[in-house]
Amino acid sequence: MNDRITGNVWVLGDDIDTDQIIPARYLVTSDEKELAKHFMEYTDPELAGKIKPGDVIIAGKNFGSGSSREHAVLTIKGLGISCVIAESFARIFFRNAINLGMPLIEAKINANSGDKISIDFNDSVILINNKKYTFKKYPDFLKNIINAGGLINYVREYKW
Amino acid sequence: MGKTAVEKVFSKKSHTDSYAGDYVVADVDYVMVNDITGPIAVDAFNSIGNAPVRDKIVIIPDHFVPPKDIKSAIQYRKVKDFALNNGIENFFDIGNGGVCHQVMMEKGFAAPGRLIAGADSHTNTYGALSSISVGIGSTEAGVIFATGKMWFKVPETIKININGKLKKGVEGKDVALKVLSITGHDGATYKCMEFSGTAISSLPVNERMTIANMTTEAGAKCSFFDTDDKTIEYLNKRVRGDYEIVKSDADAHYESIINIDADDIEPSVAVPNSPANVKPLSEVRVEIDQAYIGSCTNGRIEDIRKAAEILKGRKINKRVRLMVVPASQEVYNQALREGLIDIIVNAGGYFSGTTCGACLGGYMGVLGPGEVCISSTNRNFIGRMGDKTSKVYLANPSVVAASAILGRIASPEEI
Ligand code: SF4
Repeated sequence: MNDRITGNVWVLGDDIDTDQIIPARYLVTSDEKELAKHFMEYTDPELAGKIKPGDVIIAGKNFGSGSSREHAVLTIKGLGISCVIAESFARIFFRNAINLGMPLIEAKINANSGDKISIDFNDSVILINNKKYTFKKYPDFLKNIINAGGLINYVREYKW
Repeated sequence: MGKTAVEKVFSKKSHTDSYAGDYVVADVDYVMVNDITGPIAVDAFNSIGNAPVRDKIVIIPDHFVPPKDIKSAIQYRKVKDFALNNGIENFFDIGNGGVCHQVMMEKGFAAPGRLIAGADSHTNTYGALSSISVGIGSTEAGVIFATGKMWFKVPETIKININGKLKKGVEGKDVALKVLSITGHDGATYKCMEFSGTAISSLPVNERMTIANMTTEAGAKCSFFDTDDKTIEYLNKRVRGDYEIVKSDADAHYESIINIDADDIEPSVAVPNSPANVKPLSEVRVEIDQAYIGSCTNGRIEDIRKAAEILKGRKINKRVRLMVVPASQEVYNQALREGLIDIIVNAGGYFSGTTCGACLGGYMGVLGPGEVCISSTNRNFIGRMGDKTSKVYLANPSVVAASAILGRIASPEEI
């Protein structure tokens, strides 16, 4: 994981469930790039085409609710999103992201799509629109998994 | 300080003295994957390079089987090959399986005190049999294939007491919807929902399964019901191996307690687009295009019996297609033996083999633009069963059957 991230933000609402992130009928593949084409297709069919690698998603409450599909995280990874910030995350989405080494931040941020954001994971600080937000650090256990690049590397390293 | 049932199971399985909030690495009794989540788990497993922990692995293709197209055939083939090439005994193929959660319970994997991880969100269902069963992702399932272990955060528990006598027409589904109307769809996120009270003990095991199944819609990590005579009767016919009954201590710490009077629970409908968007059945009168009975929520033999009782000697409304999809091959076989399939097809319904199929908008009953479905399943998100402009209403199977006859959402009492 990079200690610093800068990018453009895309703002989504509350309760973005996994059926919205990637509709079930596309679950016939686990190819990140293929899945990424259909990100949020029902809500905004053009969004996937506009997102650039390194961009950051800012969402409201309960992001990633619904099914256990890891495809939801793969879709977001396939877009090259560097971090998802949300007021809160649904449980399995949270696990999947950590296990795939995708940084998540729980924070309530006011922003508009297109704003520039910078995130410093060492200091747990977010800068956006000249405003500073702090967020809670991960417990060490989870940090080690993310820093290892995901659960598989972690398990190899720590020999469960 | 005393412990909740979930704290006890995680302590035992991780060989630690753990309480809510602790991170543990625990031994998992069984890990289950299906045809959607399995292929990624297989890749994760292969990249680790260990030998598989064979006896713990359960593979149940269900979402898009029999394969609905070439891509789903490839995914299904991948988990099948993995099972066959690695000598995985617990592989439940077409003809011997069904919806993964139903199979996990009827084939005796779910039992009191066990820790089960399933790569499907409705793994919560086996709490009805006093298991601690949690939904996980695919990569972590693959890691369990290779190590038999997984990391968990021990959850807080919300206790839900439901006391009194349930009204006529109220089924497990209505109890689940009542609870969701209180918690909302994220009110139990990361938590265990533990159910007790006289109304709960009066319910048969299959209706407890419906309630446990829908705790997922409140965001819960798992559910828990105490083991009683009914649980044991169910287990006696099916369980594999030994099990150990667990129970929360009287002085255990609960994050919160919800008390519900059974008298306040009515036959209900969850209206689009959230399972927590609950209205009394009497207030919802919407014309429908499809009626669906099936899924891990309400596709058991008892549900199909209820539907058949209403459909017997009647015809469904012309505007409706009625889909009845048993939750497993065993349920199918039983329905066949009892003559229920006859009743349903004579009423004009379509009775299919077991699959998840239309429950997730996969195939066999996908909704077109603007179509409306009354469904015994657990989710009514935007586009869940088809086009994004289609709508799904959730209700108990008796209401679904009655609605199929009248062509609009209806109470069985109107028949
Ligand atoms: S029946 Fe529906 S809810 Fe249950 S496992 Fe299958 S797709 Fe999921």
